Amino acid sequence: MFDDFFIRALVAGIGVAFITGPLGCFVVWRRLSYFGDTLAHSALLGVTIALSLEFNIALSVFITASVIALFLIQLQKKTNLPGDALLGLLAHSSLGIGLVAIGFLSFIRFDVMGLLFGDILAVTTNDLLVIWIGGILILLTLRFIWKPLFASTVNYELAEAEGLKPDIAKAIFTLLMAAVIALSIKMIGLLLITGMLIIPAAFARNLSDTPKKMVLFSIIGGLLSVFLGLFSSLKLNTPSGPSIITAALILFVISLFKIKQTIKLKN
Amino acid sequence: MSLDKNTLVRLKDAGIKQDEKWLVQGVSLEVNRGKIITLIGPNGSGKSTTAKIALGIYKNYEGTVEKFTNKIGYVPQKISIDWTLPLRVADFMVLTENLSADEIEEALSLTGVNHLVNKNLGNLSGGEFQRVLLARAISKKPDLLVLDEPVQGVDFTGEIALYELIKKISEKLNCGILLISHDLHMVMSATDHVVCLNGHVCCSGSPIDVAKDKEYKALFGDQASQTLSIYEHKHDHEHTDDGKIKQKN
Repeated sequence: MFDDFFIRALVAGIGVAFITGPLGCFVVWRRLSYFGDTLAHSALLGVTIALSLEFNIALSVFITASVIALFLIQLQKKTNLPGDALLGLLAHSSLGIGLVAIGFLSFIRFDVMGLLFGDILAVTTNDLLVIWIGGILILLTLRFIWKPLFASTVNYELAEAEGLKPDIAKAIFTLLMAAVIALSIKMIGLLLITGMLIIPAAFARNLSDTPKKMVLFSIIGGLLSVFLGLFSSLKLNTPSGPSIITAALILFVISLFKIKQTIKLKN
Repeated sequence: MSLDKNTLVRLKDAGIKQDEKWLVQGVSLEVNRGKIITLIGPNGSGKSTTAKIALGIYKNYEGTVEKFTNKIGYVPQKISIDWTLPLRVADFMVLTENLSADEIEEALSLTGVNHLVNKNLGNLSGGEFQRVLLARAISKKPDLLVLDEPVQGVDFTGEIALYELIKKISEKLNCGILLISHDLHMVMSATDHVVCLNGHVCCSGSPIDVAKDKEYKALFGDQASQTLSIYEHKHDHEHTDDGKIKQKN
C-alpha cells in the first residue's frame, strides 16, 4: 500500500516522537526553547563539516551542537550580555558560517531545503538504526538523571542541598539536547526541530496535572503529529517537517478547548 | 564539642565574599545529632547565607566546611517554583526521595495538610505551602534538617504547633537541626545552642548566655534580652491563666 520510503519515514518519525516527547517537557519546564533553537541552527555547520570531511552526519551534528553549548556557557561567564542575546548571536553566526561553508562545497550536490525543513525521502535504513538505537540510549540516560534533573527544575537549591548533584544532570541533559537534534534533523529539519520539542509538550501541558502525565501526553501528541503530518505530506506533496509541525499545532489548538472546559468547570 | 561521629556538619572560620564584600565571615559552628542550633540576627546578617554554605549550595566559600551526612532535609527561606510545571503536592513530596503513599500521608498529617495531597502546588496558600515544605523535609527522615524561617506565613496557633513538632522530630529522629528564625519567643524554648550573627558571629552559647551577652543586647535591645530569659526559666515553672506562677504539686 505504501512505498518503502514512507514506511521508513513513519518508523523514523515514531522514534523521533518518543525522544522529543520527554525532552520537550524539560525544554518547556526549564525555558530552553531558544537554547534548543540555537543548537539546531548550529546543526547546519555540523552537516557541512561532516560532508567536507566525509564523516557521519549525525555524529558531526552532535559534536558541533555540544561544542556550541559549551561555548555558550563560557560566553555567559565572561560577558555581561543577556542570555537571549548570546543565544541569538550563536544561533545566527553558526547558521551563517554553515551556509557560507556550503557555498564552498559546490562540488557536492546538496539539498539545503531538505536540511532546513526535513525530507522524508532522505531517511535511509541506516538512519532508522541511528534514530532507534540513539533514541533508546537517550531515553535510558534521561531515565537515569530524571530525579536530579526534575528536582533541580523545580528548585535548584533544594536539589543541591539534598545531595542530588544537579549540575551533572544539567550537563548530561545538554548533551541529550544535542543528541536529539542530531537524530531528528533529517526528519524535521533544523529550523523546525525546536517546534517538535515544544509544541507536543505545550499540547500535553494543557491536558495534564502531573509531570508524568505531561510526559505521556507529550509523546502521544508527538506520535499523532508524526502520523497526521506524514500522511498529509504524502497526500498533499508537502515537505515532511512543516507538515508534522502544522499537525502538532492543530493538536495544540484542540487542547486549548480542554482548558476552557476545565476553567468553566472550576467556576 | 568533640570530633565524635555525632557531628553532622561543621563550619570552621567559614565565610563568603561577593564582589569584594564579605556577606558573612568567620563563622564556626557545629550541628550535632539530637541538638537544635538556632541562628539569629538582623536582616542581612548572613543567616541564610551561612545555612547555604553549610548545605554546600554555595561553593566558593572560604574556611572549611565538613559534612558528615548526605541525608539532609532543607526548607529554604525563599522558594520560587515555576508554576508552569504541573505539580501536585504528592509529586513535590517525592522530589528528592522515593516515598510510599503511606509515608507521604504520614508526613503531611504531621504538619496538618494531608487533605492537600492531590492539590496543585500553585493553588496553595502561603501557610499551606510552608507546611508542605516542612512535611517534605521531614518525610525523608533526614540526619540533618536545615530550616530557614520554616513557619513564615503560618497562622499563630499553627506556628506554636509547628515549633513543637520540630522539637518532637529532633527527638524522634535523633537528627540535628539548624534553625533560622527571627522569632525569639518561639525558638528559644526549644533551642540548645544559639548563634547570633551580624556579618560575623557576635556571640554564641546557650539561650540564656546569649541573652546576657552585651553584643546581643546592643543588637536586639534589652527587650529581646528579657524575652530570652523568660523562655529560659519557663522550664522550671508554669503560668496559670491569670499570669501567676502555678504551684507545683
